[in-house]
Amino acid sequence: MKRDIILAGVGGQGILTIANVIGLASIEAGLFIKQAEVHGMSQRGGDVHSDMRISDKEIASDLIPEGQCDLIIAVEPMESLRYVDMLDDEGWLVTNTTPYVNIDNYPDMADVMKEIESIPNHVAIDADKIAKALGSHRSANMVILGAASPFLGVSEEKLKNAIKKLFGSKGDKIVELNLKAFDEGRKRANL
Amino acid sequence: MKDRNMGKIMVLGDEAIAQGAVDAGLSGIYAYPGTPSTEIMEHIMRTKEAKEGKIRTGWASNEKTAMEAALGMSYSGKRTIVTMKHVGLNVAADAFINSAITGANGGLVVVSADDPSMHSSQNEQDSRFYGKFAMIPILEPSNQQEAYDMVGYGFDLSEKFRVPVLLRITTRLAHSRSGVVVKEKKEQNPLRLPSDPKQFILLPAIARKRYKHLLGNQGAFIVESETSQYNRYFDGKDKSLGIIACGIAYNYLMENFPERDILHPVLKIGQYPLPENHLNKLYNECDEILVLEDGYPFVEELIKSYFDLGKKVKGRLDGTVPRDGELNPVRVAVALGMEVSHKRDIPSVVAPRPPQLCKGCPHIYSYRALNEALAGLSKGRVFADIGCYTLGALEPFDAINSCVDMGASITMAKGAADSGLVPSVAVIGDSTFTHSGMTGLLDAVNDNSPITVFILDNGTTAMTGGQKSQATGKIERICEALGVEKEHIRVVEPMPKEHEKNMKIFKEEIEYEGVSVIIPRRECIVTASKRLRELKKIKQKETVGV
Repeated sequence: MKRDIILAGVGGQGILTIANVIGLASIEAGLFIKQAEVHGMSQRGGDVHSDMRISDKEIASDLIPEGQCDLIIAVEPMESLRYVDMLDDEGWLVTNTTPYVNIDNYPDMADVMKEIESIPNHVAIDADKIAKALGSHRSANMVILGAASPFLGVSEEKLKNAIKKLFGSKGDKIVELNLKAFDEGRKRANL
Repeated sequence: MKDRNMGKIMVLGDEAIAQGAVDAGLSGIYAYPGTPSTEIMEHIMRTKEAKEGKIRTGWASNEKTAMEAALGMSYSGKRTIVTMKHVGLNVAADAFINSAITGANGGLVVVSADDPSMHSSQNEQDSRFYGKFAMIPILEPSNQQEAYDMVGYGFDLSEKFRVPVLLRITTRLAHSRSGVVVKEKKEQNPLRLPSDPKQFILLPAIARKRYKHLLGNQGAFIVESETSQYNRYFDGKDKSLGIIACGIAYNYLMENFPERDILHPVLKIGQYPLPENHLNKLYNECDEILVLEDGYPFVEELIKSYFDLGKKVKGRLDGTVPRDGELNPVRVAVALGMEVSHKRDIPSVVAPRPPQLCKGCPHIYSYRALNEALAGLSKGRVFADIGCYTLGALEPFDAINSCVDMGASITMAKGAADSGLVPSVAVIGDSTFTHSGMTGLLDAVNDNSPITVFILDNGTTAMTGGQKSQATGKIERICEALGVEKEHIRVVEPMPKEHEKNMKIFKEEIEYEGVSVIIPRRECIVTASKRLRELKKIKQKETVGV
C-alpha cells in the first residue's frame, strides 16, 4: 500500500489540519509517513502545498516524484490545478469549487472548471457551501477530506478517530460538526 | 503493524534536532528566528524541561550574540546548541570561525539550516563551506531519525575533541515530518570550566598554539569520518559509475530504486571531512563518479581537486545536475540517465499567487502613506530590509528599492544619501532593527547623514511566525541613546484615520536634513488575533470555573 498525496491551498486555509488528520490515522494504521510542509514567506496569502506520503514500506524521499502523485486534495480550485503535472495518469483530484480570490488576475471560473473536468478522475464539490449548510463554515476542509477519504487507503473509522483526537480539546460540539462535515463530503464523493 | 509506530514521535526535522538535543543532556539553546530553522527553538520552548527552567531558552538579538552566548555555555562545560538559518551564519561568522580556534568545552553543536531553491531566503549559500573554513567536523542528516541521533553524536564528538561541530540541514528536512525513535534522556553536564584556563584567550601567542592544535586534529577528524556510522559504503556490481550521495540526496537516489536494487556502488555521506578511505575505494574501482548533493557542488569540487586523476566526475559543475535549486527524485533520475515521463502540463489558467501582506496588516497603511509622501520625488530612494515588509516590493505597493541583508536598509540609505541621493529613506522592522540596524543608525548619526528611517514596529518577529521581538518597548530610547535628536523621533499610528496628521509628520521628517526616525506602531494582525483567541480561551475557562 502506498499513497502519495499533495495537499493544496492558499496560506491560511488550513491544509495542515487535513494533513494532521491523515497523519494521525496513518499512524494508527501502523503506516510509514513523510510529510513535507511549507513554512515561512509563502504562508502569507500565497500558494501553499504539502507533500504527504504514506506507505506500508519505508519511504525514501520527502518529496513526491513528478507524475507519481496518487491524489491531489485541494481546498481551492485554481490551486488544485497547480500540481497536476505531479499527478499519475490514474490519480485522483479532489477539490473544493469555491475560489479564494486574493489576486487581480484570478482566472475565469468556467475555465478553471473546464481544466478540472479534463482530469479523468476528479471530484469537485462546493465544500464551503456544504459546510455552511451544516452550520459550520470553518469545517470546509473536513468536507474535502471526507470527499477524498475513499481514495486514501486508510479506513473511514481510523480517519474519524483521528478527527475526534485532533478536535477533542475543542469540545464535543466541534468534534460533531467536523464529523458531520466529513460524512457529508464522503457522501458527495460517492455520488 | 501497530508496533512499527510504538515509541515513535511524529516530528519535523527541526523538531527532531530539538528533541535530540533535549534527550542528549542539553542545558541551553540560543537562536534568532529564521526560516527554516525557527521550529528548533520553538520545540524546545514547549518541552517540560524548558518550562521548568531546567533548559535555557529564548530568542537572542541576532545570530552572533546567540553564537557567543552558546560558546560561553560551552566554556562552562554544559551542552548547548545554537541554531540559525544559513545567512544567519554570516552574521555569526566571526564568533563561529574563532570558536573553532578556542575550541569547545561542553558539547557545542551549531545548527545551520540552508535553503536551496530560496523558498524563504535571499540566497542558497551552502553552510558546509563554513564548516570547512572553520576546519571542524560537519554532520549532515539524510532523514529525521539521523537528525535526532546526530545531535547527541555531535555533542559526544564535540566533547571528545573539544571542538564545535556544525550540523547542516536543508529546508526539505527541516520542514518535513516523519516518525523518530527517541532514546533515553541523558543528565545535563555539571558546571566544569576548561582544564586549560587560557584555552579561550585568543591572544596571538595563544591563538597560534590553538590553531596548531586544530590543524593537528584534522587527521583525527578524517579518521572519525572514516569509521562513522553516517558514512557508509554500499558495494555494487556495476562499476561503470560510482555514486556519492550527501545528506538528503541519498533519499532522492533511493526513491528511484524502490526495491533497493541499485547496481552501482554508493557512498552515503553524513559526516565531514570526507572519509578518504571510502572515497579512494570508490574512485579506484569505478570508471566515473556522480556526486549528488543539495546546495553547492561542495563535494564535487573537493573530489575534482583532490583526485584530479583524469576520471570523470559528474554533478552540478558539468551540468549532469542543474547548477542551482534543490534536488528532487526526478532531478536525480535524470542525472542517472533514467527515463522520466512527463504526464501533464500545468494548465495556463493557473495564475501565480505570490505571498502578500495580510488583510489588516499595519504595513499596508505605512507603504501607502510612504508612497504618497514621496510622490513628488523621483523613484528609487527607499531601502528596505528583511521581513514581511519586504513584500512592499510587490504590487500594488512597488514601494521599495532594496532588500539585501539584516540591517542593510539604514546603512544603504546612508551611503546613498552620502552620494547625494537626498532624501534617502530606510524601512526596517522592529526586530530587524535590534538585530543589526542599531549600529548602522549610529553611523548615520555620527555623520549626520540626511536619512529618514521608518522603523515599522508591529511588536513581533512576524515573518517567521510571531516570535518575541527584542525591540519591544525600547525603540525610542535606543534611537535617542544612539544620538537621534528627540524631536526627530516620531511615533505614529499607521491607521487611515490618522492620515492627515501622519502625512504632515512624514513630510516634515523626509525634508529634515539630518537623521530622523519615524516609528509607525501597530500590532501585527496575526499576532493580535492569536492573542485575542488565547484571551477568549482563558475567559471561557474562567467562566466554566465559576
